[in-house]
Amino acid sequence: MDKLWLIIKREYLNKVRNRTFIVMTFVSPLIFVGVALLIAWLTSLNSDTARKVAILDTTGQHYDELFISDGSIEYIPLIGVGLDAAKKATQVASYYGLLYISNENGALDIMTFYSNDSPSMGLVREVESKINKKSTDENLLTAGIDLEVIKNAKASKELSLENFTGISTSKQSGFIKIAAGGAAGYLLMMFIIIYGNMVMRSVIEEKSNRIIEIIVSSVKPIYLMMGKITGTSLAGITQFAIWVILGAMLVTASTVFLGIDAFTNPANADVVNQAQDVNQMQAIANDIAQLPLGTLVTCFFLFFIGGYFLYASIYTAIGAAVDSETDTQQFMFPVIIPLILAIYVGFFSVMENPDGTVAVIFSYIPLTSPIVMLMRIPFGGIAWWEIAISLLLLYASIFFVAWLASKIYRIGILMYGKKTTWKELYKWLKY
Amino acid sequence: MNTHTLVASNISKVYGNYTALDDVSITVPVGSVYGLLGPNGAGKTSLIRIINQITMPDQGQVLLNGELLSQHHISDIGYMPEERGLYKSMKVGEQCIYLAQLKGLSKEEAKKRLNYWFEKLGMQGWWNKKLQELSKGMAQKVQFIVTVLHEPKLLIFDEPFSGFDPVNANLIKEEILALRDAGTTIIFSTHRMESVEEMCDHIALIDKGKVVLNGRLNDVKEQFRSRSYAVSIITGNQQETFNKLPKELRPQRTELRGLERTLDVHLQLPLTWTVPQVLQLLTGLGELTYFSELIPSVNDIFIKTVAAHG
Repeated sequence: MDKLWLIIKREYLNKVRNRTFIVMTFVSPLIFVGVALLIAWLTSLNSDTARKVAILDTTGQHYDELFISDGSIEYIPLIGVGLDAAKKATQVASYYGLLYISNENGALDIMTFYSNDSPSMGLVREVESKINKKSTDENLLTAGIDLEVIKNAKASKELSLENFTGISTSKQSGFIKIAAGGAAGYLLMMFIIIYGNMVMRSVIEEKSNRIIEIIVSSVKPIYLMMGKITGTSLAGITQFAIWVILGAMLVTASTVFLGIDAFTNPANADVVNQAQDVNQMQAIANDIAQLPLGTLVTCFFLFFIGGYFLYASIYTAIGAAVDSETDTQQFMFPVIIPLILAIYVGFFSVMENPDGTVAVIFSYIPLTSPIVMLMRIPFGGIAWWEIAISLLLLYASIFFVAWLASKIYRIGILMYGKKTTWKELYKWLKY
Repeated sequence: MNTHTLVASNISKVYGNYTALDDVSITVPVGSVYGLLGPNGAGKTSLIRIINQITMPDQGQVLLNGELLSQHHISDIGYMPEERGLYKSMKVGEQCIYLAQLKGLSKEEAKKRLNYWFEKLGMQGWWNKKLQELSKGMAQKVQFIVTVLHEPKLLIFDEPFSGFDPVNANLIKEEILALRDAGTTIIFSTHRMESVEEMCDHIALIDKGKVVLNGRLNDVKEQFRSRSYAVSIITGNQQETFNKLPKELRPQRTELRGLERTLDVHLQLPLTWTVPQVLQLLTGLGELTYFSELIPSVNDIFIKTVAAHG
């Protein structure tokens, strides 16, 4: 056990002292926040230069008055010109586009947007709905119907959401569940890929350094393997912790000093909505509080550790089987497939129906269960024995896979210069 | 007190269809320098890995100091593999301490001994250097220290001098002999037999997974004496003198010393001739300046033995 501890310590220190590791740890959050700030800045820059759109309204119904210039689009009504002249003028002035509204045959029958680039869906919908609403209102008036009557007759009741215990939830509830599960599953997948690869590289390094034979003449290969996996994962957790702390600090700093609010989209920050926002925040807080937090956190750790160890064992076996990183390709594919499958099942099947057959089956299969189960848990309604069986299967398969991996590892680390095939690996298992 | 450091009996190891070791037995006496000799692929490394408990034998057992090999013997063995290697990005001192700790040494003790060795081999300034900053020769010295630092009772060197430059090879050779004098048992494994011949007192020849010959080097050589002699005679006419030699002595001219007026020949004595009889004949032919038995080299012995085994 002393030796296992020594190996863990060396692997950990070796990883965290590595220059690339240090640079990545401290530069990644900077890059991340930098990109976020850049996007925010570019967005504000973008809306500074308003696009100019000319409006030619020949209806005499003042449709052009519907369009009020704002920060992003400046509307310029054209009066007393023909369509051809208007088109030409718009192009000469290099406006973004020309909106042509006409009622040659009595009723509103032509509305066309001329532009070089196709306009965004948002713009098209906005124009359509504004004009159609005014046109509808006018048609109703012509038919002698009082607009006030219609307005009063319209029902706009919202469906309020409450669970059986009587706590009301917001409509975002589903979204929050998806976000919590998705974040957990995605985080686990990233962790497995990043640090699984790191373990694999470290095995290949020892093998190509030829130090492996000295080490295995001092400790059992299984200790070396377990020490490696544990040491690397501790380094990974350190890196993640630093990222979280740095990220929080940077976000706080940028909010305080630069006045950029990273959490709310400025477009939504309407004064009118603010009162509603408070209610909504309350509901969201309720939603978060209602997530099975205890279960989620406990399960997150259990599935995270289990999933990581399962895949890391496979990664070590791959590392031991090859001579260099370029040879790993043929073995990597089957490792990545279940991970991607798990994420897809999570984002499609689980969100569609958390207790559907596909979601349930994949939350039992050890290679996919850590991710799929973590995505199912926030939706609640999973019996404790379901989680227990899933965990049991996962941890049992860790022992099985680690046992297989250690067999491959034991043989592989002493094999040089041969390109390993699947057949070869199968043979090693029988030695 | 055990007289044998290592007794391996009836070791067999099969990889798939390939038999690496077939009923191999060796006994290594305490304080000896034991040569495990044989061509590449003979099974030397397989045997060493079994002694180091890196792999398990399919059959047979290994006794170390009279005890069945087990985990606690790891600290009794020092092993320098054929494929040398250390962590490239780790500092020399840190690395040596780590590897010594894996062999069961405490950190303080490792540090103390490391200071001793660094001083002895003139490496004091290397403590904080990373291995990748060292030259190959320097790295080899570190490798040697790593092997012996925990003061094992049994040292195993696989291809000990391959890769060492002559100066370092000599330095290491002397250190190894000093360790032997201090009571350490040493096993050399090599296919370059001439490189260890002068140091070994016991040898085992291995070929195709089998021990074809073993014992004290002197006994083995005695067994392979072939009544061959090298002779030099100062004479007026070399060819004339050569022709006077009886054909049953199977004379063969060589360039033993390459001196002018000196005839160099190899003789192979039949059982009907004794050495004094030959000497009498030779002194009559000219001034006899050199007469010596040709001792077979281990290499010769190996070739002969393998040829005999087919």
